Amino acid sequence: MKLSNIIVVGALAIGAAMVLLPFFWMISISLKPQGEIFTADLRILPQHPTLMNYWKAIVETDIPLYLLNGVIVTGSILVLQLVVTIPCAYALAHRDFMGRKLFFGAIVAALLVPFHVTAIPIFIGFAQLKILNTYTALILPFVSTAFGLFLLRQAYAQIPDEIIDAARVDGMSEMGIAWRIGFPLCMPTVIAFAIFSVTAHWNDLFWPLIATTDPDLATPPRGILFFRDQESGDDVGPLMAGAALITAPLIIGFLMAQKRFTQGLASTGLKG
Amino acid sequence: MRKHLTDLMLVGPAAILIVVFIFMPVAIVIVLAFTDYQFGASSANWIGIDNFSTLFGSKIGRKALSNTLIYAAIVIPCSVGFGLLVAIGLHNLSKTLPRISAILRTVYFLPVAATMVALAVSWQMLLHPSLGLINNWMSMFGLQPQRWLSDRDLVLYTLAVIGVWQSVGYNMVLFLAGLAAIPSTLYDAAEVDGAQSGWAKFWIVTWPMLGPTTMFVMIVTAATAFRIFETVAAMTGGGPAYASDTIVYALYREGFVYFKAGYASAITVVFFLALLLLTAIQMLIVERKVHYR
Repeated sequence: MKLSNIIVVGALAIGAAMVLLPFFWMISISLKPQGEIFTADLRILPQHPTLMNYWKAIVETDIPLYLLNGVIVTGSILVLQLVVTIPCAYALAHRDFMGRKLFFGAIVAALLVPFHVTAIPIFIGFAQLKILNTYTALILPFVSTAFGLFLLRQAYAQIPDEIIDAARVDGMSEMGIAWRIGFPLCMPTVIAFAIFSVTAHWNDLFWPLIATTDPDLATPPRGILFFRDQESGDDVGPLMAGAALITAPLIIGFLMAQKRFTQGLASTGLKG
Repeated sequence: MRKHLTDLMLVGPAAILIVVFIFMPVAIVIVLAFTDYQFGASSANWIGIDNFSTLFGSKIGRKALSNTLIYAAIVIPCSVGFGLLVAIGLHNLSKTLPRISAILRTVYFLPVAATMVALAVSWQMLLHPSLGLINNWMSMFGLQPQRWLSDRDLVLYTLAVIGVWQSVGYNMVLFLAGLAAIPSTLYDAAEVDGAQSGWAKFWIVTWPMLGPTTMFVMIVTAATAFRIFETVAAMTGGGPAYASDTIVYALYREGFVYFKAGYASAITVVFFLALLLLTAIQMLIVERKVHYR
């Protein structure tokens, strides 16, 4: 190995260690018995590792409820997004209808609008309808996805017209073509979009903080803050175990399907 | 007629939702920005640009704006710079030590996929004044322990470091894609032209060829930096004494804690215009297909 290679690997490894530090510390504390956390004699690794904190986080706190809420909310958002977006993406790519160009222009314009900009009017509207503090409030604003429409339209446009025409000749309905012919062919894009959508909404704090005050409806990030604020600092072990538990699903997903995750998140301009 | 019905069935739901949840809210928020509307009030008065003068004129408003700009001014160059360095290192390493390169790449990308709020809770413990690992290490090296999150001269920089930590991996991935797209024949040609050292090849081939990628990465990083909210909400609540208040956090606090919908709408409009300006710059650059030569 050349000297320059050693230097490069060394520098990159130091950087990687700094990137890993918060992950490492989270797991280290979560495995420590309480006496090892509140001590001046701070050790990097737990001396007597224990799963007690995880047991406490799962049995004595609402962490499982937050995880369940996360699954309900992100799952519902993704399913509804696809139900609404797939037929529309198909029509934009393979049908000629009145105002198609205008509508596509509108989608591109809508891409420029971050969710933060629409939050106040949506909050007012939901307050009028008395649906704040419901699952509906957490799900509904995200069903319309300009980004999903744009991404999936591009994917459907790749499908050759011959395939679509053949299906029409066979007497298949348009909705059937969109779902039974187009959907499987667009699977790579659908998966990329699904990873983007699930990551974004599992991790989101902004809207759950606004739309819900009921701890029973808290999604994982909202829930972990409820937990922290209640514990007022003396139950750090279970808190870290809880934090590890809510981070785990996405990290495991990422480690198992790195290529797709990287593509899904990088191609889509999602950050943080 | 039948065809129109089919079109309506396919496109209708998506079109209605886009209008109701994106275009109408944008129009409403712009109108509200010129009123003194409060959540729950039955009426509101037209107050012209008063909300905007409060934002730009008051100490607290200006603090949120300047904090966001300072935060972005640190995060953009650091995150883009480190992202580029890591990408170049990993790119070169992938030829000689592919396994190690792949592992490091995974590590650097972890914060992008992770739940930021959970990691913020961990950062809080790392930075804890008395029980935190960072201060522990500081005193081990004879340095003064710091109150990273409660010292008003320090808190914004602490958040900026966390912002860089979070976004380097993302920028690395974009740069790796850019590097992979550079044809190796260009390096051969540069060598023929007398560029022998890696340094010379970087300036003659890599840097100019990465020009469009670098611009794109900078714009994306800027857009993300302007949106900083989660670490503030999870770790500092904008404090101490508004020292870590940012534009989106101010929007949240004024709108949803103090229920000043009109004022929060004005903050929203300013935030939106800043992001639109960034997009305009991006489009201008893409149009010209900037290659720095």
